Amino acid sequence: MLIRINQDAHPIAPSEITPESLYRGRRNFIRAAGLGAAALAVSPAFAAAKLGAIQKSPLSSTEAPTALKSVISYNNFYEFGTGKEDPARNAGRFKTRPWTVRVDGLCAKPRTFAIDDLLKLAPLEERIYRMRCVEGWSMVIPWNGFPLASLLKQVEPLGSAKFVEFVTAADRATMPGLALPVLDWPYTEGLRIDEAMHPLTILALGLYGEELLAQNGAPLRLVVPWKYGFKGAKSLVSIRLTDKQPATAWNIAAPNEYGFYSNVNPEVDHPRWSQASERRIGEFTKRKTLPFNGYADHVARLYAGMDLRKFY
Amino acid sequence: MRAAAPTAPPPGRRPPHGPSALQLAAAKSALFLICLLPLGWYLNRLLNDQLGANPIEAITRASGEWTLRLLLVTLAITPLRRLTGWHWLIRLRRMLGLFVFFYASLHLATYLWLDQFFDWAAIGKDILKRPFITVGFAAYLLLVPLALSSHNAVIRWLGGRRWQALHRSIYAIAVLGVVHFWWLVKRDITEPLIYALILAALLGARAWWREQERRRQLAPRRPPAGKTVIPIVPR
Repeated sequence: MLIRINQDAHPIAPSEITPESLYRGRRNFIRAAGLGAAALAVSPAFAAAKLGAIQKSPLSSTEAPTALKSVISYNNFYEFGTGKEDPARNAGRFKTRPWTVRVDGLCAKPRTFAIDDLLKLAPLEERIYRMRCVEGWSMVIPWNGFPLASLLKQVEPLGSAKFVEFVTAADRATMPGLALPVLDWPYTEGLRIDEAMHPLTILALGLYGEELLAQNGAPLRLVVPWKYGFKGAKSLVSIRLTDKQPATAWNIAAPNEYGFYSNVNPEVDHPRWSQASERRIGEFTKRKTLPFNGYADHVARLYAGMDLRKFY
Repeated sequence: MRAAAPTAPPPGRRPPHGPSALQLAAAKSALFLICLLPLGWYLNRLLNDQLGANPIEAITRASGEWTLRLLLVTLAITPLRRLTGWHWLIRLRRMLGLFVFFYASLHLATYLWLDQFFDWAAIGKDILKRPFITVGFAAYLLLVPLALSSHNAVIRWLGGRRWQALHRSIYAIAVLGVVHFWWLVKRDITEPLIYALILAALLGARAWWREQERRRQLAPRRPPAGKTVIPIVPR
C-alpha cells in the first residue's frame, strides 16, 4: 500500500515549485471568498483555522502521530452517518459558530461559555494521545486543548457532585445521521468525577495545531485516552455535574456490549469480537492492545479493588 | 452453484427462442468479465492508495459484500427464469455460483492473513467464540462441496437428484451469510436488513410457487365446463 518513492531519483525541479506570489494570490482569493460567502464558516469539513500558541505536554506519547488525512477522513460520528467516511462527507452544513456550552448541575457557579471564551480559558496544550476504538483500530492523535478540570474548576463543583454528564449537539437540520434511530439522540456520555478531574482527561478544541473539523467533534470534544474512543463525546453542548451515574448512549443501545466505564482492556472482550489486539491506522500488522490503552500507570489506581470484568 | 441440468438436449436441436451457442458463449464471456469488475475496481483503488485510512478493513468488507451480492444474483436466476421464460439463464448460473465461491475465498483469505496473520490458535478461538465468525465460517465450509461439484463429470458421477439435493444447501448458506453480516455490524443494521429482505423475497417466491404447485396437484381435477363427461365406473 505504501509506495515509497526515492526522492533523490525524482528531484523537484525549481520550475515545479509554486512561486510565492502565486500562492499568496490563492490565499487572497480564498480570503476574499471567505469574506464574501462565509465559505470557511459554511464548510467546516474542509477549512480549519490555525490555533494560537500551544504548549508541549509531558503527558504526550512519543509515538508517531497518525497522518492528518486519516484522522480527518476516518471517523465514527453517527450524527453524520454510520460509515467511516460519512462524517467528513456529510458535515458540510454543520455550524460551529456561534456555539455555547452550558456547564451546570451540582456546582456553585453554573455558567454558559461561548466557544471563543473557551479557547482562551486555559493555555492550549498539545496532547499526543493514543486513541483506541472499541471496533479494534487505533490512532495516535496530537490533540490541542486543556484539562477538563480547568473548566470544571470555574464552576466550583459541590462535594455532592459524583459524576459528570456530557450532552452533545443534535441538530436535525445539519446532522443527517439523526434521521435514523441508530442511537438514542442526543448522544450522551458520562464520567465519574475523579475520571473527569484526572489530568489526562482533556477538552480538545483542535488537532494538529488547527481548530477541530466537524468530523472530529468541532468545536470542542472530550478526550479520555484510556477509554474506548466512543467515550470522547463530540460537539459538546452541555456538561452537567450530578450525583447519579448518567445514562450513556452506547450503554442504552447495547448494555451487554458497552458499559459505563469502557476502559480499554485487552482482557475483557467485546461480546462479539476480541479486544486483545488492534490495527493502528497506517500500519500493516496488528499490535497488542495495552491495559488502559497504555495509561495504566496514570489511571489504574482509580479502579483499585473493582472487578473490571463486571465494570466494563 | 448449480449447473445446467445434466441431460443436454439432443444435438442439432435447441429450445425455441433461446440464444444460439455463439450468443450463449458471448453472454458467458461478458458475465465472466462483469464478475471480475469488483475485483479490478478494488485492486485499482488499493494500488492507488484510494481505499481510505483502513484499506484492510475496506478489502474485507468489499469481498464479503460482493460474496453476498453475487449469491443473491445466483439465487435470482430461478425466479427470473420463471418470470421471463428465459430458460437459458440457467446456463449462466454455474459461473455466478463459482464467483460467489471466489469472492468468499478472498474474504476468508483476508481474514486469515490480514486480520489474524495465520495465528491458528486465535483463529480457532474466534470461530468457536464469535457467533458471527462461526456462521460465516460454516457458510464457507458448506460452499466448498458446491464449488467442487460444479463440474459436469461430478454431476454425472453424483446423479442429478443427489447433486440437486446437495446444492439445496445454498439456501442455508445464503441465510448464514446474511446472519454473518447482521451480527457483525455495530449498530446500524440498514445494510444487512436490505440483504435480508432481498433474500426473503427470493426464498419466499420459491416457497410460494412450491405451495401453488402442491395445491394444484392436490386439487380434484375438474372437467372442462360445458362438456359432459361420462364417469368410468368399474363394474
